[in-house]
Amino acid sequence: MKSSALVRSNLVPKGHAAFGLSSLSFKNILHLRQNSTASATTPELKSSYGNLSDSDRIFTNLYGRHDWQLKGALKRGDWYKTKEILIKGTDYIINEVKTSGLRGRGGAGFPTGMKWSFMNKPSDGRPKYLVVNADEGEPGTCKDREIMRHDPHKLIEGCLVAGRAMGACAAYIYIRGEFYNEASNLQQAICEAYQAGLIGKNACNSGYDFDVFVHRGAGAYICGEETALIESLEGKQGKPRLKPPFPADVGVFGCPTTVSNVETVAVAPTICRRGGAWFLGLGRPRNSGTKLFNISGHVNNPCTVEEEMSIPLKELIERHAGGVTGGWDNLLAVIPGGSSTPLIPKHVCETAIMDFDGLVAAQTSLGTAAVIVMNKQTDIVKAIARLIMFYKHESCGQCTPCREGINWMNKIMYRFVDGQAQSSEIDMLWEISKQIEGHTICALGDGAAWPVQGLIRHFRPELERRMKKYHEQNEKQALAN
Amino acid sequence: MLSLNKIAKCLLSNSRTLQTSTVVRHDTMFNHRDTKENNLDIKFEFTDENKKRIDAILAIYPDGHKRAAMIPLLDLAQRQHGWLPISAMHKVADILDLPKMRVYEVATFYTMFMRKPTGKYHVQVCTTTPCWLRGSDDVMSCLKRKLNIGVGETSKDGLWTLSEVECLGACVNAPMMQVNDDYYEDLNVKDVESIIDDLKNDKIPTPGPRTTRYASEPLDGLTSLKEEPYGPGFQVRPDL
Repeated sequence: MKSSALVRSNLVPKGHAAFGLSSLSFKNILHLRQNSTASATTPELKSSYGNLSDSDRIFTNLYGRHDWQLKGALKRGDWYKTKEILIKGTDYIINEVKTSGLRGRGGAGFPTGMKWSFMNKPSDGRPKYLVVNADEGEPGTCKDREIMRHDPHKLIEGCLVAGRAMGACAAYIYIRGEFYNEASNLQQAICEAYQAGLIGKNACNSGYDFDVFVHRGAGAYICGEETALIESLEGKQGKPRLKPPFPADVGVFGCPTTVSNVETVAVAPTICRRGGAWFLGLGRPRNSGTKLFNISGHVNNPCTVEEEMSIPLKELIERHAGGVTGGWDNLLAVIPGGSSTPLIPKHVCETAIMDFDGLVAAQTSLGTAAVIVMNKQTDIVKAIARLIMFYKHESCGQCTPCREGINWMNKIMYRFVDGQAQSSEIDMLWEISKQIEGHTICALGDGAAWPVQGLIRHFRPELERRMKKYHEQNEKQALAN
Repeated sequence: MLSLNKIAKCLLSNSRTLQTSTVVRHDTMFNHRDTKENNLDIKFEFTDENKKRIDAILAIYPDGHKRAAMIPLLDLAQRQHGWLPISAMHKVADILDLPKMRVYEVATFYTMFMRKPTGKYHVQVCTTTPCWLRGSDDVMSCLKRKLNIGVGETSKDGLWTLSEVECLGACVNAPMMQVNDDYYEDLNVKDVESIIDDLKNDKIPTPGPRTTRYASEPLDGLTSLKEEPYGPGFQVRPDL
């Protein structure tokens, strides 16, 4: 029995991930397109990234040291000139977000301005909805939780601004069921905002009506995939839908819907207030802005921190997390973007840049920027095997490659932990993971395949060493008998 | 003659040739079986207070989409009863005008719905990789010893249920566990013992990290956000 909790979301990029996958190739096209004008629009390149100043941080109450309620939020500049932003209208907001270069923070990194603009087709009379994906559950990721419990007004204001940008009538915030106290903070903040006239009828006196509702999930990681989230919000099992139709055409309750991550939505008001150009000036081109990083695992001071995009991985760990336990030389590997992303060994970590393009270059992905650090005392095979068990548990069971394949991978991985296997099975495992990847409706299958591929890519000698050791011991025992 | 021992060894070394059914590691059974505590004769009714809550929940979904309230209503029923008996599922089906099957589907899919009697304190330990790296195995074995029950079991006095769960989303505060709705973070074995002792004495310990930190900041002092937060109007573009 047991239930387990699960989930998440966000992280997983799934939802977007289906998008995300195609966005890899799509992004290249984008590069080409942007390159033609790059010299004219790209701001001066900085030589180093990171060490963000407090004045450039968006989440100023990340650690909950100040009042999270309306009074404190107003003091920190939330809800400032929101009315003016709303009155400027859809084009202004979308334009600012496009200028800022903001890419979705849920894992797939799809350009947010473009995604929101998909909603602005001529209306056919159906209402439109914004759905905020707060079903955070990717192992390693805990950034949305900090926003919801310590800066909920940023999220609510973000819902209003994003909702205005797409002409939505209401926002549903789908929060994972285990985050009970976070949901309660958020609900309290929403009540305050209603009472102050900031949302609801004639929100902020702008003449625009907008509601914000909280919907708690019930423990399923897969509900972080956007179409599974929509199904779940409709009171069904969280099983992803085939796309098309995309949610922007047929989403929740049969109406046009956009699903966005909490962090993406929460940064929108600040971008509109300070201007897209400010956000664009942080981080490398096409990877702009600030980002919440979660550093967990074998570091001296695990923490969540808002940093500039494109900060080098080593600097991130040493500046904010107090370094790797046992020193940098004791580092074995890092999972840089939440459990779905392939790990990178120490020599890659030395030069890895924490942004979308930088990590793709290192054969991994930024995901949700949840850095899981493992030092040399880690049983790396077991660490990855445990992740596969997670995916096995969280597969919704809809697509055969994922339901069956992850189960096989799980069995094989746990044999690999002891070395009870033949080295030819490493290739078999690789093959299985390739057969899962890309052959499922959503990206959970991909997310399960990538950690295994990362392990085989970088730690094949370790796998073979274990098998050899196991067989030697077995032979010795057989002889003794 | 082959001894049993040898046969066993032989089987073990060739265990791949044996077909086994999937090991149930941490999941409940999908089927319903009538038991003393959970059968159709036991009536379930929402309290008056919860009926008001139901009206409030139904109000946030558009007309014609009452079904969206399924998860919140099942959760409400579970909070009222302590776990989710089949008669509560039927009640929810009545309220939403749905076939019972639609409710069973949802109640079995989501892992937070406990379909068998659950202890007053539901202790859930995250054992996914980020927590495991920082010692969730110790937390788990300490709990098993302290509560004298295994994973997925409920103690005879009906006070404790111990569960192994997947990532609970507090990875920088690993290892952690959840008792009912509260998170206890940055645990070591001593903390776990003291939390359980407090609960045994009907005292609810303060949720949150057990170290000196307040939330997810670095333990050895802040590396960011050291200044007072900026106020309204800071660097706001002039044309707004």
